[in-house]
Amino acid sequence: MAIKKFAVACYDDEAVLFPAIDKVRNSGYKLHDVYTPFPVHGLDQAMGLKETDLHIAGFIYGITGTSTAVGFMSWIFTKDWPINFGGKPHFSLPAFIPITFELTVLFAAVGMVLTFCYLNQIMPGVKKHVFHPRQTDDTFVVAIELSEHTSEAEVLAFLKSTGANETNVQVAESEWWYGRFDKKEAYELS
Amino acid sequence: MHLKYESSTREPLVEGNKTYHQVTEDICKPIEQKPSRLWYIGFFFSISLLLFGVFSVFWEVYWGIGVWGINRTIGWGWDITNFVWWVGIGHAGTLISAILLLFRQGWRTGVNRAAEAMTIFAVMCAGQFPIFHMGRVWDAFYVLPYPNSRGPLWPNFNSALLWDVFAISTYFTVSLLFWYSGLVPDFATIRDRAKTNLRKRLYGLASFGWTGTAKNWQRHEALSLVLAGLSTPLVLSVHTIVSFDFATSVIPGWHTTIFPPYFVAGAIFSGFAMVQTLLIMVRKIFKLEEYITLAHIERMNKVIVLTGSIVGVAYLTELFMAWYSGVEYEQAAFKWRILGPYWWSYWAMMSCNVISPQFFWFKKLRRNVPFTFIMSIVVNIGMWFERFVIIVTSLYRDYIPGSWSYYSPTWPEVGFYLGTFGLFFTCFFLFAKYFPVIAIAEIKFILKTSGNNYKEKMAPIEEKSVEEFAHEMEHAH
Repeated sequence: MAIKKFAVACYDDEAVLFPAIDKVRNSGYKLHDVYTPFPVHGLDQAMGLKETDLHIAGFIYGITGTSTAVGFMSWIFTKDWPINFGGKPHFSLPAFIPITFELTVLFAAVGMVLTFCYLNQIMPGVKKHVFHPRQTDDTFVVAIELSEHTSEAEVLAFLKSTGANETNVQVAESEWWYGRFDKKEAYELS
Repeated sequence: MHLKYESSTREPLVEGNKTYHQVTEDICKPIEQKPSRLWYIGFFFSISLLLFGVFSVFWEVYWGIGVWGINRTIGWGWDITNFVWWVGIGHAGTLISAILLLFRQGWRTGVNRAAEAMTIFAVMCAGQFPIFHMGRVWDAFYVLPYPNSRGPLWPNFNSALLWDVFAISTYFTVSLLFWYSGLVPDFATIRDRAKTNLRKRLYGLASFGWTGTAKNWQRHEALSLVLAGLSTPLVLSVHTIVSFDFATSVIPGWHTTIFPPYFVAGAIFSGFAMVQTLLIMVRKIFKLEEYITLAHIERMNKVIVLTGSIVGVAYLTELFMAWYSGVEYEQAAFKWRILGPYWWSYWAMMSCNVISPQFFWFKKLRRNVPFTFIMSIVVNIGMWFERFVIIVTSLYRDYIPGSWSYYSPTWPEVGFYLGTFGLFFTCFFLFAKYFPVIAIAEIKFILKTSGNNYKEKMAPIEEKSVEEFAHEMEHAH
């Protein structure tokens, strides 16, 4: 939790956004984040973000589901309570396959969604600062984190030169908060 | 210029002159307006159906399963027929949202949200039938493998019926997660443009605090892709396992290896028909013809004619195998299906499922909205009869002629079925009013490649030769 000062630039087209991000990264300003209304392909590379490892987590959850299902059913039918089903073997692996498959998928899906929420820090009731009300509509927002030494006018002029159609300075919580949050008080603290 | 280019020979997926903002406006409009009279009429009609269903189920639970028409010979009647029918309908939603995502079919974006909602509601309806079919519904939780005081005595993991429990519940959970993860960014869109305080708070809760940072979108794309990859074999497994309920038994007419692919094809067939029924109404009522275009309807009709033909081939294969096997019980089962007292259900199935979809070989009919609407209902009637034929007409004349029987449903059975329609449409009406019926972010994602106005701008590029175009692209930077 930290209240920070941001210079915000809004763009109305992803074609303007890409060169603007290049310029921001070359300028030496600290790029806080980029907000887009829909997934823009290539944006993560342009920002220099690493590829996500979420799918690896999904694989691990899936394997957990597989071994849980096979282990549990084998234990029950060979150790805990072996039942004779028409003389068929107790450890009847082919008959375990449907449930094993279902649990693999279930574990992978549930685990991945929970991990997704955790990594993104999203949850019902969580709130985050919205830099522009139309950043989930048609506006591409670039936020630059300002230090005490940065000249606001200079940054805003720079952002204008990258093709932004709207620029401003905002003091905002950079992380998430839960429930009520008295913005005014927090701003005075900063 | 935009980063991707699509040939103009492909039909646009979004018609009209749309900008990103216009897309948001069009799709959010039904949510932000008071619902129309038509919506209220439909909603209250659905609610009353649902209440009648609740009463029918109450009647069955209070008096016992004897109030249904099923008997010792025909143990599975309308209940299991309806179960298989509803699960089958659900399959099209997952096919559209998952399999078409893996195949990179851009047109899925217009229809996937509503189709997936249909999946979830259909699976909810389906689940009711086996639960109340148990009779002592208060013991329904015995199917779950939890440590209990009876030994612990576990359920039979080798039973196809228990596989069903796992398959259906997994299918419901995964579909719900997939659907909701796509909804989160769209809820954020509604939250950020909300005019009333209540709407801001409710959609704020529903949107999980989504703001759309680049990293979040990156993870969102990874999540969608993996969930699609998981859902694809899942959806095939679900109807396969449903068909195992029959195929692993030794009843003539059920004990066949053709069942899994035949059931899956039938499921997709009936599901697409239900998507057509719903979307033709949705695009009309909410004026979304520019997003759910004739091209969408035509493509879905192509899937219907394909899967309908697969189903037809499966019916004929079944008949051939009954004859070719030389097993007289198998032959008798099919003889009684076609010529016995239930002949009408067999021929209803044949004409609705095999003959009627063949009309969609004609382009004019594929693009005819009223015709498609009627056909979509015909197909679903046919697919209901398919399940009825498989279940009831395989059971009613068993090995001992003395126990041959006939079955017709009683009012609580019919009421239960109508009640699930009530449940389904109540959910769907609420969805259509409070949820974005089209995936807003996904439409924006394809807008600049497949939107009509953007495709028109590509005309100068179309005129260029390939070499010229490649040369220019190389020196673009």
